[in-house]
Amino acid sequence: MAKGMIHNKDLFLNQIANKLGRERKDHVSIPTWKHQPQWEVSKNDSPEDLLAAFRENSKAKNAEVVETDKSMLLETIQKVIKEYGGGSIVTTKDARFAEHGITSAFDNEQTHIWDTALGQENIKKAKEANLGIFFSDKSLAESGTVVQFNDKDIARSVSLLPITYVAIVPKSSIVPRMTQVTREIHKRVEAGKDLPTCVNFISGPSNSADIEMDIVVGVHGPVKAVYLLVVDR
Amino acid sequence: MPMKIGEKPFFDRVDDALDDDFMRNAMASAQDRLRDKKLDITERDDQIGDWEEWRSAGAEIRRHTLENLDFYLDQLSENFAEKGGHVYFAKTAEDANRYIQDVAKKKNAKHVTKAKSMVTEEIGLNEALEEVGCHVHETDLAEYILQIDDKDRPSHIVVPSLHKNKGQIRDTFQEKAGYTGTEEPGELTAFARSQLREVFMEADIGITGCNFAVAESGSISLVTNEGNANMVTTYPDTQITVMGMERLVPTWEELDVLINLLSRSAVGQKITTYVTNLTPDVDEGCVDAPKDFHLVILDAGRSNALGTEFQSALHCIRCAACVNVCPVYRQIGGHAYGSIYQGPIGAVLSPILGGYEEYGELPFASSLCAACTEACPVKIPLHEQLIRHRENYVAEQGNAKTSEKMAMKAFGVGASTPSLFQIAVKGAPTFMKPLVRDGSISKGPGPMKPWTAIREFPAPGKDNFRSWFKEHKKGRK
Repeated sequence: MAKGMIHNKDLFLNQIANKLGRERKDHVSIPTWKHQPQWEVSKNDSPEDLLAAFRENSKAKNAEVVETDKSMLLETIQKVIKEYGGGSIVTTKDARFAEHGITSAFDNEQTHIWDTALGQENIKKAKEANLGIFFSDKSLAESGTVVQFNDKDIARSVSLLPITYVAIVPKSSIVPRMTQVTREIHKRVEAGKDLPTCVNFISGPSNSADIEMDIVVGVHGPVKAVYLLVVDR
Repeated sequence: MPMKIGEKPFFDRVDDALDDDFMRNAMASAQDRLRDKKLDITERDDQIGDWEEWRSAGAEIRRHTLENLDFYLDQLSENFAEKGGHVYFAKTAEDANRYIQDVAKKKNAKHVTKAKSMVTEEIGLNEALEEVGCHVHETDLAEYILQIDDKDRPSHIVVPSLHKNKGQIRDTFQEKAGYTGTEEPGELTAFARSQLREVFMEADIGITGCNFAVAESGSISLVTNEGNANMVTTYPDTQITVMGMERLVPTWEELDVLINLLSRSAVGQKITTYVTNLTPDVDEGCVDAPKDFHLVILDAGRSNALGTEFQSALHCIRCAACVNVCPVYRQIGGHAYGSIYQGPIGAVLSPILGGYEEYGELPFASSLCAACTEACPVKIPLHEQLIRHRENYVAEQGNAKTSEKMAMKAFGVGASTPSLFQIAVKGAPTFMKPLVRDGSISKGPGPMKPWTAIREFPAPGKDNFRSWFKEHKKGRK
């Protein structure tokens, strides 16, 4: 990919250095921070504790939590699709559907699996979909948050456009809080690896409290959120 | 100046606000609810640990970042451009608007969707885009309400339409957008959703502000609840993000701390519904990501604070926690400040960005109770900066009225001369007697006038401390 343009940088940054009373810096080391309370949160929690916290905090964010294990996942997801109105579905293109043995749930005319070769048709399908289904890459116990690392196949639209999204949340994906995810991303950057074009932390359905501070669920994004918790270890 | 709200002098705006009972009740109620929610999720939340430790972490990160601002902005811009994004460093609001207008013209853009952003409000970007033929659609529910209500201005940093009730919003929707429903918030919200759904899909350009940028990877982080920022940054082919030059963190690890401080302090949530982190497209095969990504980094007066006693004002993460505890904001609301940045941080920031001539009176809109300083999640000494602004305004700028200067000079002479001071103290009950009614003064002259206009002034007593102490000493002998 060609590098983008940068305009007026040196003039702008020289003035900042000048105001700070020194020359421009070409190297800065991040200090060892004196205060790091983030690492204290849930530091001794077991996977069971984290699962319990994720469950509780998801409900607080108005997400419906459905629990199952790997052996019952296919049956459970079929049940969820039916309960939430069935109809048209859009999913990400994700090898984990096959790994979890649930591709047959989507082997029908109602389901659109994201396919970049179809271009804008994908967005049209997502807009018309009742359900969007995807895997949570990381899940935060503290806040009932699912995290998507979006790329061309793990499309943003799947969690955003349908009326309801269903996030499949493997128990193994649950970490205490954002701290663990941002460290992993930081390490990825340090190692010179590319980042997903969007790292999306999503907690329940969209909402607003802009009218007399009354919370209304479902504004521009999804109206309902279902977390399908899979006990995989 | 786009940052400015209204043309009336400050005290006229205050008078208008004091006459608006609905607005004042709304502010008081909103303050109570926002403050309570914040306390529940910070000081009262056992799970998060010691909130003071979090505040110290935030202050430490912000201080380091601002002290090395040139380095981190350099790193941010290089990493953003490395992935194909374009960066424009804008010295002024006009520079920023001109660049964005040029992008819009090159794209032949007709429709622009925007997520809520104070910085674009500050530079008057909507008007600049309208000048080049764009229709700008505000998509945050509050901003949408303000926009269709004859482009009303925000009265709160986080909840911009706080000054409007649901009846007023229903009326506006009916008059301006053909709404036929009730004043029920769910119904009003569903209407806004239906109005904006297609607009998101058809926009040529999406514009956002920036809660934080991450220097190490050239990423932009947006914190929202509605999902509109995701819509704005997913469907248009072109995205433009405007950021105040101070809104960045060194790495993703510091982003974690600041997102936590912002979500909890602003809206009393552990995390907002969406925290969306965007890096220019590394994979050209993405169907639902912008193909062209511009980052505009804005100074517009911010550098006035660098290297001065006000540098830490740039640590602000725009959570409005200070606004939500301010007794002055509670009484006069947001519009009375005459700036889109209200409350204590507005009274500190507005003179830095816009100068004392325009905003020099705002630092006087404070009781100096220091509640703002205690509330600030990154420990900006707001009340001390308000005092520094007052000193600068009066002493250095020479803005005091002649009568005030003379009165202060006379007070200085009297207070520093024991004999004169005693004469004044003893004579005060006699001099003031004609003004006293039922033990207090309700219509004071000169400097007492602003005070007695809103509350009674206790009448000077016949006794004073020195005479009491003299008698007291006699009694103990």
